[in-house]
Amino acid sequence: MSNTVTFKIDGKECKAEAGKLLVEAAKENGIYIPTLCNYPGLKPKSSCRICTVKVSGRLMTACTSPVQEGMVVENNTTELNEVRKSIIEVLFVSGNHFCPACEKSGNCELQALGYRFQMMAPRFPYEFPEKEIDASHPLIIKDQNRCILCKRCIRSIKDEQGRGIFAYKNRSNKAEVIVDKVLAARLTPERAQEAMDICPVGSILVREKGFITPIGKRKYDLSPIGSEIEKTEK
Amino acid sequence: METVKKIIDKYNADPTRLMDILTDIRNEKGYIPHELNQKIANALGLSRADLEQTLSFYHFFPQKPTGKYTVYLNNSVVANMMGRDQVRKTFEEEAGIKFGNVSTDGSIGLFNTSCIGMSDQEPAAIINELIFINLTPFRVKEIVRDMRAGKPVDQMFRANFGDGSNNSDLVKSVVTNHIRRKGPVLWDPHTPGETIRKAVRMTPEQVIDEVKRSNLRGRGGAGFPTGLKWEFCSKSPAGEKFVFCNADEGEPGTFKDRVILTELPKLLFEGMAIAGYAIGATNGILYIRHEYKYLQKHLEKALDDLRAENIIGNDAAGIKGFTFNIRIQYGAGAYVCGEESALLESAEGKRGEPRDRPPFPVDKGYMEKPTIINNVETLCSVVKIIKNGSDWYSSLGTRESTGTKLLSISGDCRFPGVYEVEWGFSIYDILQMVGATDTQAVQAGGPSGALIGPIEFKRKLGYEDLATGGSLIIFNKTRELLEDVVLNFMEFFIEESCGSCSTCRNLPYILKNKLEKILRGNGVMQDIDDLQEWSKILKFSRCGLGQTAANPITTSIKNFRYLYEEKVQKDKEFYTGFSLASAVKESCEATGRNPIS
Repeated sequence: MSNTVTFKIDGKECKAEAGKLLVEAAKENGIYIPTLCNYPGLKPKSSCRICTVKVSGRLMTACTSPVQEGMVVENNTTELNEVRKSIIEVLFVSGNHFCPACEKSGNCELQALGYRFQMMAPRFPYEFPEKEIDASHPLIIKDQNRCILCKRCIRSIKDEQGRGIFAYKNRSNKAEVIVDKVLAARLTPERAQEAMDICPVGSILVREKGFITPIGKRKYDLSPIGSEIEKTEK
Repeated sequence: METVKKIIDKYNADPTRLMDILTDIRNEKGYIPHELNQKIANALGLSRADLEQTLSFYHFFPQKPTGKYTVYLNNSVVANMMGRDQVRKTFEEEAGIKFGNVSTDGSIGLFNTSCIGMSDQEPAAIINELIFINLTPFRVKEIVRDMRAGKPVDQMFRANFGDGSNNSDLVKSVVTNHIRRKGPVLWDPHTPGETIRKAVRMTPEQVIDEVKRSNLRGRGGAGFPTGLKWEFCSKSPAGEKFVFCNADEGEPGTFKDRVILTELPKLLFEGMAIAGYAIGATNGILYIRHEYKYLQKHLEKALDDLRAENIIGNDAAGIKGFTFNIRIQYGAGAYVCGEESALLESAEGKRGEPRDRPPFPVDKGYMEKPTIINNVETLCSVVKIIKNGSDWYSSLGTRESTGTKLLSISGDCRFPGVYEVEWGFSIYDILQMVGATDTQAVQAGGPSGALIGPIEFKRKLGYEDLATGGSLIIFNKTRELLEDVVLNFMEFFIEESCGSCSTCRNLPYILKNKLEKILRGNGVMQDIDDLQEWSKILKFSRCGLGQTAANPITTSIKNFRYLYEEKVQKDKEFYTGFSLASAVKESCEATGRNPIS
């Protein structure tokens, strides 16, 4: 096929359709590039920076960079993994993440990445910031303690007219994801569940439901994050 | 609500004009009242959360009343050096409130704000959109007295209005230009319309070629070749294209664009028209920071004059079918909007968050149409390149850095102001030129640039050595570089991060906390290493703001490491900084008892 390009990730020859985003192209070749804010099918936002790779010495986010013929990509290197790990640690200290008490434990991508990168204790001092829990909506709870501001919910959960139910407020370290009161009241139970499922952490929860799958039998309890991609290696 | 409806109708309920809508509502009401949010959102087809998403991003869209008189006192490093603290204290004492508050009678509000582009005449404040400069405790007392007496703000001035157009009926500002050195490019005489008429006799390709041959590079700091940018955009598929001028000059210590906008607005607009002709655009937008709102009427008048003389508009410059219109878009207080893709987001009525590249603005810019964004000084230089030729232009400066640079110089020197110099001047030359003595350090290029010491003063300004957007802040030997400079810059980056990247949202305050630990005397050598290591994480940010946000720390460690080492506990590997005596001090005072020692 003429629109297939050949490129290299960490020395391994790869093939993919030209213009495909690097994260996806790597996946097709059985290579896991860690992501957090990225979600298949959503417009990439590159806000977590974890998928950063090096292409010809330049840092680029794999979730937003289309693959090109002859690209030489560094992914699984000590330098990149060390920064990825530190970003995960930053996300831990900038919120209040108490895994044992969290409904999402075992299904949480932040926690799973913490394990994958063998985070023991964050190198940064804990902030223990004061955050609110917004429980004013009929179907969902928004717990700001756990939000990592990945914008997945903002990008995916909109009403029929394209209006946002979730939105970003403020800037700097005061930024938070807010919920639109009027539109949240119109959420169907299915959409509410979708919002909870798309949240990589336990920041969006469906009310009156919990621990249906027992801890120990959840997604990342069974196999580490990324292993499903690495297993498909051709 | 009637007035709000009128404002929304004025912009055809177009959500991409949200910045203008919110600006007009703020001008009408003094702030954006919460109870209007749902109504505005409904009228624009947005959710309330969508609306608040943009609204809450901008410093100058207050959501609570800010007082009949609203004082925004600049908190940049130069303001502090020139005595801001006394000014702040006097404001607080006289108004009876702390900064961040409004007096109970609703008359006076005191707020901090990032650099307002007046570093040559600090301490300075914006009061109800007018600029007050050279503030002293005495002046503050007068101002607050005038406020108590209910005087209109434009009648509170005691000094003469400034020089040049600052003194014109449409500006009437006490701001002074401080043009200290006129160079051969910007101050070469300009007859409005002469050069665009020359340009339209050339083909667009010839215009772009001339700019390319001049080797002109973007004057905002990034230094991208201007002609190349124009060529990329001109080669994008035909259709609607846009010319943006980036007048969101927000880098602390920079004020050169203020002077151009005051004295040479027609030169700038003519540059935009030439750019429009070259790339095939019919619309130009000047995106200007809110802090320069005091120039609004003056700039509108310049545009009116150019329209009347048919230099812009339909059949512009006498060429049938060449249409070029310019409108002014105001920002609302966000440094990051000086990043070109954030600027476009903002101009589309959104949060000023930088975009991912690709696509580049020359392919997909404003409203997804091919767009060029050029700095004020760049567009002015283009006019002179077309007028006098690229050979003339590239004969100035150095081989790699042609032409001249307008410098904004402030801090410890006798003659702060703007200087147009050819590239190739060394820092030594400049320090002599501006009358600086006993110089300890120079901040080249604002907080996102580098803090350099005497050992580097022989470095020459230019893309090949010391590239700069033009801001130089001078510190003499009395300044505490870490406390007065580095800490202030870190606070600036914390305030101004758009909050999108996990790195830039968090690392600046983590670094600042660590720096403060060292300044308190509680640091160890490891803390200096941590600062350096952790700074590297910021390089993983999306835009220049995030990538450079640790520069104050990294460049000061590189060039002034001894200042850090003096402060840390060298003999310890670990030091908690915990002192029992100070921890229980309060309870000792309350109980009147002291621990047994």
